[in-house]
Amino acid sequence: MNILRLSTKNLLRNKLTTFLNIILVAFGVAILSILFLASTQIGNKLEQNAKDIDLVVGAKGSPLQLILSSIYHIDFPTGNIPLKDATELMENPMVKRAVPLALGDNFQGHRIVGTDSGFVSLYGLKLAAGKFWSRDLEATIGSGVAAEAHLKVGDKFFGAHGLSDASDEHKHHAYTVTGILQAQGNVTDNLILTNIGSVYKMHEPDHEEHEAQEEVEINNKEITSILIQYRSPMSVVIFPRMVNQSTNMQAASPAMESARLFSLIGVGIETLKWFAVLIMAISALSVFISLYNAMKEKKYDLAVMRSLGASKSKLFFLVMLEGLLITVSGAILGLFIGHLALHIIGHYQESSQARLTGLYFVTDELYLIVAGLIIGVVASILPAIQTYRVDIARTLSKEK
Amino acid sequence: MISIQSLTHNYHNGPTLKFPDWEILNEEQWLLLGASGSGKSTLLNIISGLLKPENGKVKLNETDIYSLSQKEMDRFRGQNIGIVFQKPHLIKSLNLFDNVALASSLAGVKINQSRVMDLLSSLGLADKTKNYPEELSQGQLQRVSIARALVNSPALLIADEPTSSLDDENADNVLKILTQQAAENHASLVIATHDKRVKDKLNKEYLL
Repeated sequence: MNILRLSTKNLLRNKLTTFLNIILVAFGVAILSILFLASTQIGNKLEQNAKDIDLVVGAKGSPLQLILSSIYHIDFPTGNIPLKDATELMENPMVKRAVPLALGDNFQGHRIVGTDSGFVSLYGLKLAAGKFWSRDLEATIGSGVAAEAHLKVGDKFFGAHGLSDASDEHKHHAYTVTGILQAQGNVTDNLILTNIGSVYKMHEPDHEEHEAQEEVEINNKEITSILIQYRSPMSVVIFPRMVNQSTNMQAASPAMESARLFSLIGVGIETLKWFAVLIMAISALSVFISLYNAMKEKKYDLAVMRSLGASKSKLFFLVMLEGLLITVSGAILGLFIGHLALHIIGHYQESSQARLTGLYFVTDELYLIVAGLIIGVVASILPAIQTYRVDIARTLSKEK
Repeated sequence: MISIQSLTHNYHNGPTLKFPDWEILNEEQWLLLGASGSGKSTLLNIISGLLKPENGKVKLNETDIYSLSQKEMDRFRGQNIGIVFQKPHLIKSLNLFDNVALASSLAGVKINQSRVMDLLSSLGLADKTKNYPEELSQGQLQRVSIARALVNSPALLIADEPTSSLDDENADNVLKILTQQAAENHASLVIATHDKRVKDKLNKEYLL
């Protein structure tokens, strides 16, 4: 019969109150842990995908949109740029590596990216099976695509016009899968890579039903954007300015745009954070009130225990332990709920590019358990100090 | 052996209470008699180490209990003095067995399971050990509190108005149990009461 067992029994006696308090703590902790986990994961993903890319050049428009479409493959492209201008830029001495991208088609929601071998070395891609694309209409697919669309080397598929799932298929040209990439843990897992020529071929005007708009696109030979790596960090200042001022294209820095994106989401995250902190504060108050109220009833219990030989400090810890048991088990439950919720969210998430997982842990979560401890201490210290004030002789005589 | 010497106490703004010296030999059984307000509870609280007197000494087996520190005193009381209150004051969240065993663990004594069981069955509660206080009658609860007071084999068993809230039959029962258990456990017994029904049941009396 130690103190731990006694306080557990006391808590179990008031099941509903205990339950309410644990749930309150758990709720606050769960929200915070979801925020921690999601923002860390999204941050990591953003960083990973933009790891070696210093600059993206594309058509004028929103720089954020350019970054989202060319690096994260989420939004629609800003438009196209003339291949001639792009080539000029790619040969600039400040550029160490430039990878052209031609977007516009998809297969079952997975984007088809026309590019060259520079893309492979930029992302450090490795093959899991087959070989890289070499000729028109050959495609190398990401591991996620292979798994979801059940494609293997040698299979054929039709691309569809547009960037999301559409029925407007290019029925006259079929792609052949020549290789499947190893899982990279970034956006390339969900891409279909081919050469730029294939993308042109899809849109060639050799069929009558093709629209005029597409013909223009092809005749002028355009691409969507270029991913650029600088030769030296010095170019950070000069190069984007040169692009923005002297050409008809725009340059966007992934680092800057990601930061801007994060500051936009940040307001929401900040609000949720304060909301969670508020819930935790309420939980602390609730634990405090329950313990404080229970002290009235418990005064006799405590006096009896003193008369049975328990020291003041022992009873102090008994009350403290009750508060701590509630908040710490609440914190642990909250972490569990947070991870579970995030895993469920990840499971139903539509955009596979930034899928979240609950099987991910950050050190900040340890702080949440510490926070649980602190809340427990704050909530139970006053009721616990009361144990020192109980006058046993008077308390026990009073009930006569 | 318990002795009190030149004890006085006064409550805030109250009259000073003077207690005649008293010596209780081992296994003696005493009644502490007096009208209400005469200081019975005060004296009991002083003897059991719950209330520090203004003057005087309380010695239990040569230990001057008010020379002990607060913590030592708590432990000393737990191990050497068993108290039966007017109300049973059991812990509601614990079953009967645990209520009795708690007295051992709080006093820093190892829990002796068979001792707990023996006590409870000698008080007719063998089949109730897993029950909670709410499920028992007042008389049964009083018996549990007697078991709790005796579990650490104290040198002194103190009962404060143990019969005042009981009917004749139960009062008689409790008295019997107290005297019998005190004798079986080789404890001295002090029963404080103003209950006339109790008056002639014990041969030694201390009048206030």
